[in-house]
Amino acid sequence: MTTRGIGARIPRNEDPRLLRGLGCFVDDVNPAGVLHAACLRSPHARARIRSIDASRARAVPGVHLVAVASDLGEMNEPSPLLIPHPLLTAPRTQRPLAVGEVRFAGETVAFAVADDRYIAEDAIAQIEVDYEALPAVVDVEAALGAGAPAVHTDVSDNRAARVPQLVGDPDAVFRDAARVFTERLVIERSCGSPIEGRGVVAEHDQRTGVLRVWTSTQAPLPVKNGLARIFGLPEFHVEVIAPDVGGGFGTKIMMFYPEEILVPWAALRLGRPVKWTEDRREHLTAANQERGQVHHVEVAVDAGGRILALRDRFVHDTGAYTPYGIVVPIITACQLPGQYRLRNYAVEFEVAYTNKPAVSPYRGAGRPHGVFVMERVIGLIARELGLDSAEVRRRNLIQPDEFPWDVGLVFQDGGPTRYDSGNYPAGLEMALERSGYAAFRARQAEARRERRYVGIGVACYVEGTGIGPYEGAHVRVEPSGRVLVATGLTTQGQGHYTTFAQIAADVLGCDPSDVSVVTGDTRKFNWGAGTYASRALVTSGNAVHAAALKVRDKARRVAGQLLEASPGDIELVGGRARVRGAPGKELSLGAIATVANPIRYAYGKEASEAALRLVKARAGAVLAPGEEPGLEAVGYYAPPQSTFASGCHVVQVEVDPVTGDVAILRYVVQHDCGTLVNPTVVEGQIHGGVAQGIGGALYERLVFDEFGQPLCTTYVDFLMPTAMEIPEIEVVHTETPSPLNPLGVKGVGEAGAIPGPAVLAEAIEDALAPLGIRIREMPLHPGRIRELIELATGSVG
Amino acid sequence: MSAIRPVAVRVRVNGREHTAEVSPRLLLSDFLRYRLGLTGTHVGCEHGVCGACTVHLDGVPVRSCLLLAVQADGAALTTIEGLAPSSERLHPVQEAFRLEHGLQCGFCTPGLLMTIAAFLRDCPRPSDEQIRRELSGHLCRCTGYQNIVRAVIRASALLAEWSAARAAGAAAARAEEARP
Repeated sequence: MTTRGIGARIPRNEDPRLLRGLGCFVDDVNPAGVLHAACLRSPHARARIRSIDASRARAVPGVHLVAVASDLGEMNEPSPLLIPHPLLTAPRTQRPLAVGEVRFAGETVAFAVADDRYIAEDAIAQIEVDYEALPAVVDVEAALGAGAPAVHTDVSDNRAARVPQLVGDPDAVFRDAARVFTERLVIERSCGSPIEGRGVVAEHDQRTGVLRVWTSTQAPLPVKNGLARIFGLPEFHVEVIAPDVGGGFGTKIMMFYPEEILVPWAALRLGRPVKWTEDRREHLTAANQERGQVHHVEVAVDAGGRILALRDRFVHDTGAYTPYGIVVPIITACQLPGQYRLRNYAVEFEVAYTNKPAVSPYRGAGRPHGVFVMERVIGLIARELGLDSAEVRRRNLIQPDEFPWDVGLVFQDGGPTRYDSGNYPAGLEMALERSGYAAFRARQAEARRERRYVGIGVACYVEGTGIGPYEGAHVRVEPSGRVLVATGLTTQGQGHYTTFAQIAADVLGCDPSDVSVVTGDTRKFNWGAGTYASRALVTSGNAVHAAALKVRDKARRVAGQLLEASPGDIELVGGRARVRGAPGKELSLGAIATVANPIRYAYGKEASEAALRLVKARAGAVLAPGEEPGLEAVGYYAPPQSTFASGCHVVQVEVDPVTGDVAILRYVVQHDCGTLVNPTVVEGQIHGGVAQGIGGALYERLVFDEFGQPLCTTYVDFLMPTAMEIPEIEVVHTETPSPLNPLGVKGVGEAGAIPGPAVLAEAIEDALAPLGIRIREMPLHPGRIRELIELATGSVG
Repeated sequence: MSAIRPVAVRVRVNGREHTAEVSPRLLLSDFLRYRLGLTGTHVGCEHGVCGACTVHLDGVPVRSCLLLAVQADGAALTTIEGLAPSSERLHPVQEAFRLEHGLQCGFCTPGLLMTIAAFLRDCPRPSDEQIRRELSGHLCRCTGYQNIVRAVIRASALLAEWSAARAAGAAAARAEEARP
């Protein structure tokens, strides 16, 4: 009886509220008397601050506070390094307000609080900063070259880290290899850009001592614990709420953004609630960004195209700071091998500082880069050996009987990069078949005779998902029969109010619409990490499952006592506990919850009757030793290691050689994320990911000029795809449950975005093969495609 | 800096009359959100690209981040809070979004719903191409648009049922009245 539980395509519990405009996003929170803040940001990518004069700003009527670095005292310490690593030898994190030097255009320099945002912006316009502009470090390879200026004066070579990793003995293989190919590959900067930017509201209740902070974050519990430390408050006096979060995509996992410290600081200092809401220009200049790597890859193959060894050296642009350590390039290095048998692999990356916004994970988190490199290598092998790229893939795939497959590298979470389950050959064939791969070649030949440039591309990937440390959940059945599920992580569109409800409902035998899920509120659940790294379903989902099982056990025990049956004979169906094979012997979950709380007071008719009918005369305490009141439980899930999802995308394109425009004719996704809890939600995640993958391949590129000035500071310049650019996406599933967790689930949040650049590179290269174009960079805008055509053909026509 | 003199505005929002003194530089989006507390209208870019702040001004979808509150003086506005016919029933466009999983985080959704409601009023049976062209004035970062396109198609069908039901209801009422 699980038709509406796990596996069901049910509409989402959260939707009616959001559809009516009754969502509660951070900027919708307006405590009485709230003041509004604005930030003064550096106009230079690199400059010395000679002096700041804020006196005129402070005199603007309606201004309550103007802060420069010296006003902050100890609050202005550099933010904590979230994820240290022994090879991150020169980590640097940002201060709330810049001291002495600014390191990217957009860095916070001063902060004003006023009656409204308009006045706060008037105030920051009145702050006079005397800057001495300095040459900026913009290009990531130049950053590591001789003579580059230092982004941090005490890191003279701009090198934050150098990390070599080794599997097998690739050097020996390269010495004897039949064929060796090399390539230089570039993937440029982009960013998450959720439609809701960041935002923070803080109020300090002087009566209770509670500092309450609403922030558009993916990790409210770490923010809470961090703020408690920064402000010297007990953790139980800090409450952090991420109400509805309007998209995150990794951008909002970062902590602490300067404003997350400045706003509570101002609220504490002024004794008034304070709000700051990021505008789009601030998002595109001051929020964290990602992508941005240059790879030099070499591959050794045998005559049949089987990969014998691979060596990759790459430079990773971390921007001005390393708040999130070196997680992104570690993921690139670990996930680059993807679905392929790679027994000899050397990868070494260097992390370079540049005068650009800091880098932290953005949907895909290093994987699109690695997959782009690996799949370009597959394409290179195919071209050089005269093979079809799909055939090269077939010859190199890890086989179903080779799981668990250990890549041999230490993953981002410190655990092994060990694939738990999958069936890659089946996935590839399913994607090829669905996309009509074989038939396409015939159509392509015909199109080429008509001088039309159509092409097909394939890309496979593996995604480590569901990383630890752990998440927890609280499940409680109320006397009304409604079920509350609370977990510590957030939801920013993934449908957790529905999928977690499905998991609880499946165990408790009720309808998912009877389950209310609470996320992102430290007042409701105090343990856990956050929603990132495609981990929510794996970690919180299994925690909800664990807690619900405990509740089910208790419900059976209590019902067994009341119905005079063995708990093993009690089944939970349709919101009721009933004795198997004894029609009529049953109780509602709500009645059991009422009885499980023996406080003599019963609210409502049904509860009253249940209490009267069921509670018998007793001797001794109402709760036996060790027994707890209520029908509730807390459960946790800590994964032993990451679980590895996988997929294969196939895209057909037509390139217009005159305009350089790329039209997507067909986009097929094969995907395997283990057990599907709600296939509709899973497909939605994939659709959105694919759109970001296409954006990252064809449109989205954060351009900086030679002075480090960001040139994409509006949605007119940073081109996110619209409904006109994103085609119909066909999704087919394979379902290989993970053996690592009770639900058999794997993460899906980032999947769709990962192979976008790789698959479009292959398709565009295939389309333009008659012109001999090689794709070595992403993204590719029409102008660049025109340039490549001109370079290859020596003509402009 | 000289003080900015407030200006009186009178607007009808979701059928309710409001008068207020506002700064002439106050954006219509901020007026709706902060002065009237109608926080369902969202602001995603403040430069007229993302479409999240779309409301109806005298029946026409407009970007409330590109208008000043004073420009709306004398106008009738509808925001997302005024789209559903009642607190029990969703508007067919809202219902279609729910059925087709046309929203994820829900931030861009109110603006899309306002645009689509007006679009389907003027173009009840749109082609896929017309739908995508209409949606291209909005940015959604979550859905990849596919289920939004499906939702518009579904909404078109639901609206046809809706107006048929309403017409039938009106005819029945007329027949009832006409009875001696």
